Amino acid sequence: MIETTNLTKKFGKTVSLQRVSVTFNKGDAIALMGANGAGKTTLIRLIMGYYHPTEGQVRIKGADPITERVEILHSVSFVPQLPPPIKLSLSELIAYICKSSGVDKELIFHYAHEMKLDIKPNLHKSFFTLSGGMKQKFLIAVSLAKESEIMIYDEPTANLDPKARDDFYRLIQSKEQEKLSLFVTHRIEEVKGIVNRQIYMDLGEITSDEAC
Amino acid sequence: MKNLLLIAYLDLKESIRANWFLIYSVVFGGLIALFFIAGITESQVMGFSGLSRLLLMYIQVTIIILPIFILVTTVRSISGDRDSHILEYMLSFPISLKQYYWGKVFGRFITVFLPVFMAMVFAIGYGAFKGASIPWNIFFLYTGLLFAMSSAFLGIAFFISSSVKSSEMALGLSFFVWIFLLAFIDIALISLMLQNRMSEELILSIAMLNPMEIFRVAAISLFDPELTVMGPVAFTILDTMSQGVFVLLSILYPVIVGVLFAFLGYRVFTKKDLV
Ligand SMILES: Nc1ncnc2c1ncn2[C@@H]1O[C@H](COP(=O)(O)OP(=O)(O)OP(=O)(O)O)[C@@H](O)[C@H]1O
Ligand SMILES: [Mg+2]
Repeated sequence: MIETTNLTKKFGKTVSLQRVSVTFNKGDAIALMGANGAGKTTLIRLIMGYYHPTEGQVRIKGADPITERVEILHSVSFVPQLPPPIKLSLSELIAYICKSSGVDKELIFHYAHEMKLDIKPNLHKSFFTLSGGMKQKFLIAVSLAKESEIMIYDEPTANLDPKARDDFYRLIQSKEQEKLSLFVTHRIEEVKGIVNRQIYMDLGEITSDEAC
Repeated sequence: MKNLLLIAYLDLKESIRANWFLIYSVVFGGLIALFFIAGITESQVMGFSGLSRLLLMYIQVTIIILPIFILVTTVRSISGDRDSHILEYMLSFPISLKQYYWGKVFGRFITVFLPVFMAMVFAIGYGAFKGASIPWNIFFLYTGLLFAMSSAFLGIAFFISSSVKSSEMALGLSFFVWIFLLAFIDIALISLMLQNRMSEELILSIAMLNPMEIFRVAAISLFDPELTVMGPVAFTILDTMSQGVFVLLSILYPVIVGVLFAFLGYRVFTKKDLV
């Protein structure tokens, strides 16, 4: 479903990603690992169509994520590394998500509830005033409610308490079939049970790629 | 279209909640209130009085402070969201860059234009209530000028916002643009004029490329061109061009400048890395 060929990204002189060719298929649940600065987030941003590749290309279901962004993003859920300080209130943010992506509002409430996040009393609050963990729970709830074929998580559990992490992995596991999911993580033990492929990156290159 | 309006609407709501919007509205509304309190409408200076005089003063102050207000508040709308990774999340939803960008432009336009316009409407309303006669021609001209001014500087602000790397840079640049248009061009041209190096017509046409100069001249164009309050530049221009043509030009040209810059900003936005 996702295919990169010779994908390279440079920022000035820094080479963040170097000739990465990799294919992710339906049914893959991938743990993407590597030291800080290895290029994981860069790879994800190229897949999301945020960066223009210096060389090489990305294809998602055969299409370019930059020129066909709207069609492609309909089938992608994404949770970023850090929850951004969005100033919209939760209800406005939900309106934005539901109207732009056709997500069912009740489904967001449902998954938020599953994540032990009570949205209703916080609806009028600005998103950025929520606690770090609450923000992350909300973004996770949205990513699940979107029911996408492709799920991309850049360290989604960084701010979550142990209980919430379990909730997250339980929910993911129940939804994983027939999908492609990609988890950036520094804790392999945590995702061992849910992934079937481990990819290590270092200095902008993929150094190992194993089924497990 | 649906998404464009959604983004405009959300941007509008976000702005209205923001502190800058409150200050912005208070400044322009307060200006009008202050003029009334100071009794500007009762004074008679050089032939024009009442509401005309009040509106003239309002527009003259506005010409100076509106551009910097627009630049400072708008220049961070794209670059700030990029800095704080808001863009990264918001654009992970299936919204085209076109809808996102123009939705932001549209929403911002309403937030910057409405307060300055409403302040003027308030002046007209209050003046009428006090029994003053209403100078409709001036009111319509100034509405057009405010519209043109908002477009021009909003376009420039969006261009800066999508072009620069960080929002601090954007802020610095917007101050520069403002000072440059406000003073540097005039100073440079005056010194050229004094040195007699260039023909006066050429210098005047260069001066007129500056939207701020156009606004200055247009604001007084409906008043008697013989008046000494007008500078030599204004006098020469109103002398060479018919009033109607000039008024049209003074509104059309800045709108075109604004749209052009906004389009350039859009090009940059789609061609550069988004985050
Ligand atoms: N916008 C940018 N401009 C300049 N350099 C960048 C930019 N984004 C990333 N880099 C550089 O690219 C390299 C890879 O960064 P990246 O964020 O992809 O790492 P990462 O694997 O996600 O690390 P972490 O585990 O800390 O999240 C780093 O050296 C970083 O400094
Ligand atoms: Mg990262």
